[in-house]
Amino acid sequence: MTKFIDLTLSGISDGAIYAAVALALVLIWRATRIVNFAQGAMLMITTFIAYAVIGAGASYVVGFLAALLSGLALGAVTERVLIRRVEHAPPLNAVIVTLGLYTVLVAVAGMIWGNTPKSFPAAFSLRGYTVGGTTLLFTPNDTFIVLVVIAVALGLAAMFRFTSLGLQMRAAAFAPEVARLLGVRVGRMFTVGWALAAVAGAIAGVLVAPSVFLGPNSFDPILIGGFVAAVLGGLDSPPGAVIGGLLLGLALSYVSGYEGSALVPLAALAILVLVLMIRPSGLFSAAQERRV
Amino acid sequence: MSAPAIPRAVRERTLLRSLSLVIVGGLLIALITGALSSYRNLQLAYGGYYFAALAGLTVLAGLSGQISLGHGALMAVGAYTSGLLIGNEGWALVPALVAAAGVSAIIGIPLGLAASRLRGPYLAGATLAFAVGLPALADKFPSTFGGENGLTINPSMPPSWLGSNFALERWEAWIACACALIVLFVLYNLVHSGVGRSLRAVRDDEIAASLCGLHVGRNQTVAFVVSAACAGLGGGVFTVVNQLAAPGSFQVQLSLYLLAGVVIGGLGSLVGAIWGAALLVFLPNWTTDLANSFSLSTNVSHNLPLAIYGVVLIAAMLLWPSGIQGGFRSLGSWLWHRRGRRSRSPGAPADRPSAAS
Repeated sequence: MTKFIDLTLSGISDGAIYAAVALALVLIWRATRIVNFAQGAMLMITTFIAYAVIGAGASYVVGFLAALLSGLALGAVTERVLIRRVEHAPPLNAVIVTLGLYTVLVAVAGMIWGNTPKSFPAAFSLRGYTVGGTTLLFTPNDTFIVLVVIAVALGLAAMFRFTSLGLQMRAAAFAPEVARLLGVRVGRMFTVGWALAAVAGAIAGVLVAPSVFLGPNSFDPILIGGFVAAVLGGLDSPPGAVIGGLLLGLALSYVSGYEGSALVPLAALAILVLVLMIRPSGLFSAAQERRV
Repeated sequence: MSAPAIPRAVRERTLLRSLSLVIVGGLLIALITGALSSYRNLQLAYGGYYFAALAGLTVLAGLSGQISLGHGALMAVGAYTSGLLIGNEGWALVPALVAAAGVSAIIGIPLGLAASRLRGPYLAGATLAFAVGLPALADKFPSTFGGENGLTINPSMPPSWLGSNFALERWEAWIACACALIVLFVLYNLVHSGVGRSLRAVRDDEIAASLCGLHVGRNQTVAFVVSAACAGLGGGVFTVVNQLAAPGSFQVQLSLYLLAGVVIGGLGSLVGAIWGAALLVFLPNWTTDLANSFSLSTNVSHNLPLAIYGVVLIAAMLLWPSGIQGGFRSLGSWLWHRRGRRSRSPGAPADRPSAAS
């Protein structure tokens, strides 16, 4: 029973990470109808930048901020330089370009920092809470992760709902032509969408790095998890992405706890295929199902 | 409703053309390998198994407009199948390779069923999960799959009727090229069959195709399963040539290499798959030489091929989406039009992956 509670709690904190990555993917999907397969590599690079900043003697907070700023820049530059040129090409081209970016970023990280995973400092203690004599696997750092991701999700929701920028982004995503006629700078909104997504990813990267270690490929499973979570949520619904992330985090935590962590990506694949077979538009999507 | 019937004459012509292609190719390879050094023969063998996987991948992309990132993992399935059967069970070469293709095809069925319902990014994501997840199984079941060290097998010696001086590398090149030719034969006929036609119809306009009564899902599943079998055969040959199947060879990077090979050759082009295979064989050597001559650090030189593949993927998609073979095709058509003194301008490289040639 203790194990079950432990797994549930760690599933919630894993799920928060998946939710953050899923949010990043959903932001980009909504803006440009592209799945950003480079997301995992982008958050890997920003986390390495935080690692370098912290390694140079700066505090954790400065490192965190460095990751956020570099994410902002990386996302915006990627959209302006690469993605804008394939937005109107067949969808396959955009998929291949993001995979190419993924490949380049992994290679660059390997060149600079080597392929051996490095340990990354945590914001808070990694010693579990003690409840009635038993030590839980849930740590103060996990609390931090969950709270930060909730803040990110609420912040994004508030931005989309209550600010002029959010309204313009929604308009640009759902009716680009009309939005353009009404004076919304649609291209700039896409850039903002990518930049915000990269920031959400950067946050996830810094949060998860202490538990997965930091290497060029260590975030591949996180990307898979984020992708599956986003698809669970319908790929264009931010609340769906958060719920999808939490559900997936729980499911994968049980798989990992009872069957071993080697099976986690394959279990994610199984969940993905099952969901797409049963409800191709995701569990929470309001969008109309694609008919063939 | 089944795929549209193709006139018998056309069908026979396709069959004859591909058969003669295979026979000529086989004879050429048999002759050329005698003149090559053992190192070049080994490289030819590498090219053979890469070609098998690339051809499967490119036909899938060209015919159904789908990108699979799982072909590296499907190669791993074939590699471990032939490794287990030859190493542990003592199977002969040919049945083991057939089994490698067969097991990969079986693994490909659920993926293919999913593929028939998934479009572009969804399929890429699902197969990416497969590519990331599968190599971990070797660690999960170390007693069967040999853990990190993988499975080693004894080299399969050339049969005695070839003479005692027949080099092992030449024999391996023969095995690999024979498999590559079989793959070429099967895929060429698939592309020009009714299934190929209906897949192209589905790719270009799915709704129109289903209104015409084409069974969209079934055709796409068939394409994926055939493609998976090709990758599995390539993987089986991988084990035979390298005498090793280890998880390190089949990380997610392999799938990205394969994708880069397909894209640079030209998505959907079988001839382009030859260019892609050449790239995959020679690029690591070139980058090692480059790293040595500039005395780069090991971190840089290890990751240089990966960086080049990534740049190739991006640059090809932004600048030249039809790849090398597409370039040759438009060059050819330009020359043709010039000779005919026609005023029509040559067609620009197609934006979308064209049909296999």
